[in-house]
Amino acid sequence: MKLDRRAFLKAHAVAAAASVAGIPVKGVSQEKDGIRWDKAACRFCGTGCSVLVGTRDGRVVATQGDPESEVNRGLHCVKGYFLSKIMYGADRLKTPLLRKRNGVYDKNGEFTPVSWKEAFDVMAAKWKEALKAGGPTSVGMFGSGQWTIWEGYAAAKLLKAGFRSNNLDPNARHCMASAVAGFMRTYGIDEPAGCYDDLEAADAFVLWGSNMAEMHPVLWTRITDRRLMNPHVKVAVLSTYQHRGHELADLHMIFRPQTDLAILNFIAHHIISTGRVNQEFVSKHVNFALGNADIGYGLRPEDEREKRAANAANAEAMKPISFDEYARFVSSYSVESVSRLSGVPARLLVELAELYADPKRKVVSLWTMGFNQHTRGTWVNQLCHNVHLLTGKIAEPGNHPFSLTGQPSACGTAREVGTFSHRLPADMVVANPKHREIAEKIWKLPAGTIPEKPGYHAVMQNRMLKDGKLNAYWVQCTNNMQTAANLMQETWPGYRNPKNFVVVSDPYPTVTAMAADLILPTAMWVEKEGAYGNTERRTQFWRQQVKAPGEARSDLWQIVEFSRRFKVEEVWPPELVKQKPEYRGKTLYDVLFANGQVNRFSEEPNDESRHFGFYLQKGLFEEYAQFGRGKAHDLADFDTYHKVRGLRWPVVDGRETKWRFREGYDPYVKKGEGVRFYGKPDGRAVIIAVPYEPPAEVPDQDYDLWLCTGRVLEHWHSGSMTRRVPELHRAQPEALVFMHPNDAKKRKLLNGQEVKVSSRRGEIRARIEIRGRNEPPEGLVFVPFFDEGRLVNKLTLDATCPISRETDYKKCAVKVSKV
Amino acid sequence: MRLLLALALILVTPVFSEEIKPIRGPAPIPESNPADTYRMERHDRTIRRAHKWQPPIIPHHIRGYQITKNVNTCMTCHSKKAAPQTGATPVGKSHYLDRDAKEHPNISARRYFCLQCHVPQFDAEPLVGNTYAP
Repeated sequence: MKLDRRAFLKAHAVAAAASVAGIPVKGVSQEKDGIRWDKAACRFCGTGCSVLVGTRDGRVVATQGDPESEVNRGLHCVKGYFLSKIMYGADRLKTPLLRKRNGVYDKNGEFTPVSWKEAFDVMAAKWKEALKAGGPTSVGMFGSGQWTIWEGYAAAKLLKAGFRSNNLDPNARHCMASAVAGFMRTYGIDEPAGCYDDLEAADAFVLWGSNMAEMHPVLWTRITDRRLMNPHVKVAVLSTYQHRGHELADLHMIFRPQTDLAILNFIAHHIISTGRVNQEFVSKHVNFALGNADIGYGLRPEDEREKRAANAANAEAMKPISFDEYARFVSSYSVESVSRLSGVPARLLVELAELYADPKRKVVSLWTMGFNQHTRGTWVNQLCHNVHLLTGKIAEPGNHPFSLTGQPSACGTAREVGTFSHRLPADMVVANPKHREIAEKIWKLPAGTIPEKPGYHAVMQNRMLKDGKLNAYWVQCTNNMQTAANLMQETWPGYRNPKNFVVVSDPYPTVTAMAADLILPTAMWVEKEGAYGNTERRTQFWRQQVKAPGEARSDLWQIVEFSRRFKVEEVWPPELVKQKPEYRGKTLYDVLFANGQVNRFSEEPNDESRHFGFYLQKGLFEEYAQFGRGKAHDLADFDTYHKVRGLRWPVVDGRETKWRFREGYDPYVKKGEGVRFYGKPDGRAVIIAVPYEPPAEVPDQDYDLWLCTGRVLEHWHSGSMTRRVPELHRAQPEALVFMHPNDAKKRKLLNGQEVKVSSRRGEIRARIEIRGRNEPPEGLVFVPFFDEGRLVNKLTLDATCPISRETDYKKCAVKVSKV
Repeated sequence: MRLLLALALILVTPVFSEEIKPIRGPAPIPESNPADTYRMERHDRTIRRAHKWQPPIIPHHIRGYQITKNVNTCMTCHSKKAAPQTGATPVGKSHYLDRDAKEHPNISARRYFCLQCHVPQFDAEPLVGNTYAP
């Protein structure tokens, strides 16, 4: 193996026509051509590839896949190969911009360059005004699964402790909140049991609503490798339309939207009825529960669909049932009925079920937004865990219900730090008094600082902006005007509501920035020191490589600097201040950041630490790591991460954990226990009985097509970085409406013709494509969301999973007509 | 209600200064942009790389090309065997190494789906300049 590894490095170096072998594992190298190479995590998806960044004369001049990385072993996708250009769009924002008229702030004024001092003066005044008039719930922040770990952590402290507002949510709510709810309800602890090593160990892969070929391309290379080199391996691809993932499929299934719920219940029924339940596993490690049904769609309460739903207000409830009751529940999902409902031939359904039922076959289920962006997203996640638990196919190499995250640090920042409106670090929640107490102790806060009521989640934030209840609002590291559903009825009127002051921090003038009142220019990626946590629990660090242009400053700098603007007495009630007299007259900066913990490291290796006079990132990380150490979320020490290509938590005694919940792999499972789902008090995971229920909106006479939205390989999310890279823009210049040829014919449309796509909420114009990479069945169109010229979220409905509060971007009704 | 909302939208439509321009063009966010037309480009020669670690861009159209688990049309011309005859750029040596650096006579399965790294180009003008320099 050692020899192979050396040979690999050497061969790759030759192939790349340049020596990368000179890069030592634990450091930096300077090459003859003057390029200095260092490691970083890729800026894009949740895969978490490691990238070597080449800099010369203060600029990034090249990037390449990191051969030392276990994740990608020298590979990237096309986006990753163009990382070197994402920071150099000619329209980088270099100064704060405030809407002004006649020299003063005006909601309808023109964006005018201002100093950071003026920007923060106006911003702080607006925050204080809102806090005074509406209290802590009138301020809020929308963050990101692309925030670095310490940015998310600093934001959580500023909002939940500083402003005492739980109105903090990340765009990860749009992305994997359903996966989180699924893990928490099933195992009592978040994030996957296994890791990427499963991809080389499995005999079958089942993709449930995940186009990994485009959206997790480097993981797809690993699955392709496994499938093509091992003919016994099977790949099943389930989707509501045909995509590039199907190129590798052995089992190829197109199902009607929402019927994945029924298909999974059928698989459970098949496992039970053919006698293939892993009895020993189930009897020792599993409880059964019945979930409340008829739970609504997370729409506004006045919507008829919410009024009709029996359990809209009680969506989360579950009660224990027996195995027999569970077996009876799923027995109504016969192959015939599910075939009729889903449109998938019975033969294929049985073949699929056999992949799970066959005790000799190791199976990895993979899912992304098809499951998560679903009005029954939590349920469908749990139904997938069900079939792995029934067969005991979990927490060992090759057997894994594997939720893939979309963003580079949806796990590391949004989930682990807990930047959600209901969460605290290390899986704790604001509603639990013990959890608040732990957080207040670590943060050295008076008891009762953190409010117990969960704040506004992503969709609710836009509704509350529109309703004028959320008035001082800060958006960082995300483009939510483009990516939130129902732009015309919620997001746009919310941002432009005269009662609100909206601040957007971004490197580029995105549509969200253009809809703001104040734009703050942001340092991005390797212009700052960073840390991301990927889908397999791997935490990766990078150092600042270059300076940001002009006056652009990192999100971290902005959060910490802004905290100086508030005296404790201005944001906390007297009862709180009385508990900590030493905080009198202090600023939130003193209390939250210069608190003797965060400011205890004196090195100054980056711009933020030089500005504040201490190693801010290290101090934040070490304080944050206290939450998880000894509690099955153990992180290594800060300096270690700068030397390695990431480590998968829990990291105990310097060793990472590849498989959780199983003795021999997971240090938290004691000798003799075998398997223990220790997130639950009794160590047992939950199999849930929940039914198929219809989507919130279905095509009818007026709006006769399903609309499914999603991403493309060449662009990262809303395209604010990748569309500024000429090669990537030229590879995928505009969002197209992918359509079945018969649907085009019926409407007398020719391929490439410009059409109007409209829903009950808005319309866009785009060209149709009937022979493209995505081939929808009749009755469904697919439109990507990267293109700000075609804001597809004008069409989508802001219906959510009532449990996870994640939007369903995959199902609403539209019509397509000639322009 | 709807009328009120429409009115409110007109009143609050923001004004952009000359300094910053969204790449969607001048149409205000609530309005629809017309669609453009792009053709896949056919170049005579290879397209220059940004730096030597960048995978080459595909300099021809690929409509109708197939890559499935049974067939890979790209390799008909680009394999190291075929390239000398077809004049196509041969795939790099790295492509014959698997994840564990073992060399194979055919391209590594992990490099099988060419379009994950190599993309063709449409005749689209850049939305905005890029100041990157190698």
